[in-house]
Amino acid sequence: MKTLKALVAMCGLLIAANASAQSAVSEEFQKFRSIMEEDNPAELFEAIGEEYWYTKAGPRNASLEACDLGLGPGVIKGAYAQMPRYFADVDQIMDAETRIVHCMETLQGFSHEEVTKQPFSNDKGTPNHVSVLTYVASQSKGMPIALPQSHPKEREAYAVGKEMFNYRAGPYDFSCATCHGTEGKRIRMQDLPNLTTRDGAAKSVLGWPGYRITGGRMLTLQWRMNDCFRQQRFPQPKYVSEAVSVLLTYMGVTANGTMYTGPGIKR
Amino acid sequence: MKTYKTLTTIALAGIVVVLGACASNGGQSDKVSRDKAIALMKRDFKATGIAGLERLDEDQVQATCNHSGNNPPSDELIRLQQEQLATIKLPADGNLMGDWKNGEKIAQNGRGFTWRDKPGNAPGGGCYNCHQIGPNEASFGSIGTSLYQFGKIRGYTAEMQKYVYSKIYNAKAFNLCSEMPRFGYVGALSEAQIKDLVALLMDPESEVNK
Repeated sequence: MKTLKALVAMCGLLIAANASAQSAVSEEFQKFRSIMEEDNPAELFEAIGEEYWYTKAGPRNASLEACDLGLGPGVIKGAYAQMPRYFADVDQIMDAETRIVHCMETLQGFSHEEVTKQPFSNDKGTPNHVSVLTYVASQSKGMPIALPQSHPKEREAYAVGKEMFNYRAGPYDFSCATCHGTEGKRIRMQDLPNLTTRDGAAKSVLGWPGYRITGGRMLTLQWRMNDCFRQQRFPQPKYVSEAVSVLLTYMGVTANGTMYTGPGIKR
Repeated sequence: MKTYKTLTTIALAGIVVVLGACASNGGQSDKVSRDKAIALMKRDFKATGIAGLERLDEDQVQATCNHSGNNPPSDELIRLQQEQLATIKLPADGNLMGDWKNGEKIAQNGRGFTWRDKPGNAPGGGCYNCHQIGPNEASFGSIGTSLYQFGKIRGYTAEMQKYVYSKIYNAKAFNLCSEMPRFGYVGALSEAQIKDLVALLMDPESEVNK
């Protein structure tokens, strides 16, 4: 019985240690975030994206209504929570952002250079594909994250993405796992989710795309991966490259089963 | 009695899970998938600023840690740690202590080596990103151990100075798959900068030891 008590106490301590790692500052921000999410500026970009989806544009003067996000042409509901996934027409893994860019090229006739000239939101504004992504993401709100693993290339993407996640290189020997492979760690005051667990990985999906209060910009997962690799001291991933989709597959599949809460808000 | 056994099993399982999560990176790496990951990155990444594609190539230490899930066989571990130890260049004059106040500035500065950094910009140590150090900085990370009162606790000995200098110069000489960068070995920090950091931890006058 003594052993049992000790074990229970030990478990309690481990849980308590974990909880105290959550800094007071981040708790305060969580409160702030839940208030802000009631009235998230991301909704503005959802509205712009929705309008763009139905508007004829580009050299072919076409809308995006025929865009296939994996559930059939024009089906948006639930699509974001099931991406990245395999697309037979291009024989590769694509995340939502890559697929939307692909649709703007194939349906509207824009060149890849035109669409990706400004990949991310900046002082000049928010690119159309980012607004469209925000709209598409909003249509998965309240749905479970359910990345498919039925196609062999989807299973391969998970396995290859996992290796990419753990791959240490560069001048500082960093991998994604250096910061995101252990429970309850921080960089400075910033809590680091452990992306190798389901609940940790959910944090890599939830809140994206997100409206960042600092600078007032709508930012995407492609942006987040880009900035992670910068801090990892790696060279830069090309925008909407398959490598990023493969990495997102590993994290997304790990998060499978958690609920997607729609576009979020960031500090 | 049955309940007792079940609870014990659950408690033990809980501890195993928690401890398992403490170990960096679970399990061995799969060679086929790893090779594909490297090929994919080499195809899909681009050189930007000072961050060239050669950064995607593993050196021997990185490769060994990558292949083994950060848990290399002991003979390889010992051999490579000895090799890393041999890379450490101690200051010629034998003085390992610089200015602790300057060390604090270096510890605060997390810049350097990203594709936004210019070639001439001297990187900082970024020490506070991962370590608690001085008593006046509450914004510190927790990937590394606390270094608060380092010298006071461990003793202001010449041996400890040498260890701190060497650890900052090349952390992989002491723990092959450590998360800590090899600041001297890769040329991120100069001899003078490392001396200042040694003083930050080892000078009895440093606020770290107050």
